[in-house]
Amino acid sequence: MSSQQRPDAPSPSRVDPFAAHYAARARGMVASEIRALFAVAARPEVVSLAGGMPYISALPLDAVGEMAGQLVADRGAVALQYGSGQGDPGLREGICSVMSLEGIRAHPDEVVVTVGSQQALDLLTRIFVDPGDVVLAEGPSYVGALGTFASYEADVIHVPMDDHGLVPAALAEVLARLAAAGRRAKFLYTCPSFHNPAGVTLPAPRRAAILDICQRAGLPVIEDNPYGLLGFDGEPARALRADDPHVIYMGTFSKTIAPGLRVGWAVAPAGVRDKLVLAAESAVLCHSSLAQLLVREYLATQPWREQVKVFRELYRERRDALLGALQASMPGGCRWTEPAGGFYVWLGRPGIDTKAMLPRAIAARVAYVPGTGFYADGTGVDHLRLSYCFPEPDRIREGVRRLAGVISAELDLRSTFRPIP
Amino acid sequence: MSDLGHVLVLAGGLSAERAVSLRSGDRVLDALRDIGVDADLADADAALIPAITVDPPVAVFPAIHGACGEDGSIREVLALLSVPYVGSTAAASRSAFDKPTAKAAVAAAGLRTPASVTLPRETFHDLGAAAVLERVVARLGLPLFVKPARGGSALGATRVLAADDLPSAMMTCFGYGDTALVEQFVTGTEVAVGVLDLGDGPHALPPVEIHPLSGSYDYAARYTAGQTEFYAPARLPAGLMAQAEHAAVTAHRALGLRDLSRTDLIVSGPDLFFLEVNVAPGMTETSTLPMALTAAGLDLGITCRELLRLAVARGD
Repeated sequence: MSSQQRPDAPSPSRVDPFAAHYAARARGMVASEIRALFAVAARPEVVSLAGGMPYISALPLDAVGEMAGQLVADRGAVALQYGSGQGDPGLREGICSVMSLEGIRAHPDEVVVTVGSQQALDLLTRIFVDPGDVVLAEGPSYVGALGTFASYEADVIHVPMDDHGLVPAALAEVLARLAAAGRRAKFLYTCPSFHNPAGVTLPAPRRAAILDICQRAGLPVIEDNPYGLLGFDGEPARALRADDPHVIYMGTFSKTIAPGLRVGWAVAPAGVRDKLVLAAESAVLCHSSLAQLLVREYLATQPWREQVKVFRELYRERRDALLGALQASMPGGCRWTEPAGGFYVWLGRPGIDTKAMLPRAIAARVAYVPGTGFYADGTGVDHLRLSYCFPEPDRIREGVRRLAGVISAELDLRSTFRPIP
Repeated sequence: MSDLGHVLVLAGGLSAERAVSLRSGDRVLDALRDIGVDADLADADAALIPAITVDPPVAVFPAIHGACGEDGSIREVLALLSVPYVGSTAAASRSAFDKPTAKAAVAAAGLRTPASVTLPRETFHDLGAAAVLERVVARLGLPLFVKPARGGSALGATRVLAADDLPSAMMTCFGYGDTALVEQFVTGTEVAVGVLDLGDGPHALPPVEIHPLSGSYDYAARYTAGQTEFYAPARLPAGLMAQAEHAAVTAHRALGLRDLSRTDLIVSGPDLFFLEVNVAPGMTETSTLPMALTAAGLDLGITCRELLRLAVARGD
């Protein structure tokens, strides 16, 4: 066409004047059909079994509000001022007492407060990973972690899981394969309790086996434990960190108090901790003093252990509603995990494509997260994640009823075009 | 403040194009408010009819894309409420939104459109997908373009280069609707031509030429700033430029459209093919109709206000 261009041809517009200046790692940051569909999922007409939003309405909001007002009135000059990069010392003490419930004995000096545990993971990846470095993660793995690893251009290798979490033999095999190829992983990222998205929990013997494998291989472990206190049966499991002080631990108040506070933390050996503090200062200078003091005050003055029990019972009821509905209505061949805590059920059915199925689900007014989002390598196409933490039990049952119809239609469509195993 | 009175911009809805529609609606709303029009945004949900009943706007600007917005249904409801609205009637919208119907209408009016077949999902189920697809390829050849018969924003659309990829493309398409339009893929330059009628008959706006950097004008290329290069006006020779403008006005007239529309065309060498027409064109930052208005020296807010005035004067 250039030979036919008019002499007064306009120059092109790419709409975004910075389009030619972005870094290569921004290449994947584009509009997506899946995100577009989630815009519909947020509507009340849709039963959303997609997002993992804690049920904040169960908090004593009046008491929290009163506490917040009093905090600003009494200590506003501190609460509204800059703070330290490592975080408020009093809060770090409180965090240590929270972690003690899972067997962790830590000193407040080892704790770095972060903007949710998501920032802890971002900073840790920044510290450890150069472009092209290998990171090990469960398959499937938390979508937010995969996004972080992608932004630092890590090469994510998934380690298979089963109904009891990460498979130690599979981890050993991956490490051997890497060693044979002359490569080594920078760390293992793992969510051992009430895994997101798989819902499974690593039993104690496997925890020991995995720590042993990693110690032998000199492989750092990053333990992500947002749901550890939200188990439905018995005492919380011992954290990996409880049995190995070299484990880098990430925690958050997003599930036990509220995600809007954006208060999480990392516990790390001294060398890593020092780098984390420097990286945190570089990223945000300091974290919200107000949010930190609010959490500190909440831990000191509110019956937070009782509140965690309230959350646990609420989520248990919803888990039961989801599992009961799945049992009652899912088509044959579907298989799902049965979580003993946390927020998620991982459901699979060979032959379906949960990403292609999502628009039909949205049209049927039910939403889930397609499985491919939880893998860095494009697998997971026949799985999906269901979250039971936010909808009321009756809505969960209705959502599953709708989803069952969608999966049946998907199976019919797939069998029309391709044989299903 | 404008003397127009209180107007509503409708955006959102529950189709897969909700996110795009909200961006379109916000942009129209801002443009109207910038010139002093008393405008608010409303979603197409259960609160809409009570809100309109209690406080009827003088007119509505529908910026809802996809089903509900473009299939005529929301316009039918506005008519039931006796609220004037910008754009085509419900009946004309229905015809335009259904791509096979629109293709037949513009073909009868003399425009070329890629050869195609329209097949509902049940056909594959009842007759066997392999046999049907084999006949599709035998008739239309390759490459093909598969898209839902009703819908927009390239959702569910796939270019198919090899016959083996056709089943997958069909399944993607049927995610967004129960009827597929399978067209011959025409290689060329995509051009979007807006049509505006401010009371003196439909006029074409300057055609906008579209160059997705990925080579495919898919959802990401449409709605990620920087992923596509636009030329407004298009860099077409004068003859083709006139043909493109004529084609858009012809489509607008053939389908009995009103106020504004956008026709998507492919320019392939000296030939021009009609792809589809939109009765609620996108108004986002990366949408071509606002670019065409700018190229024509028109302001988005003033244009929308004048269309609202016409709707008020029309009274339906």
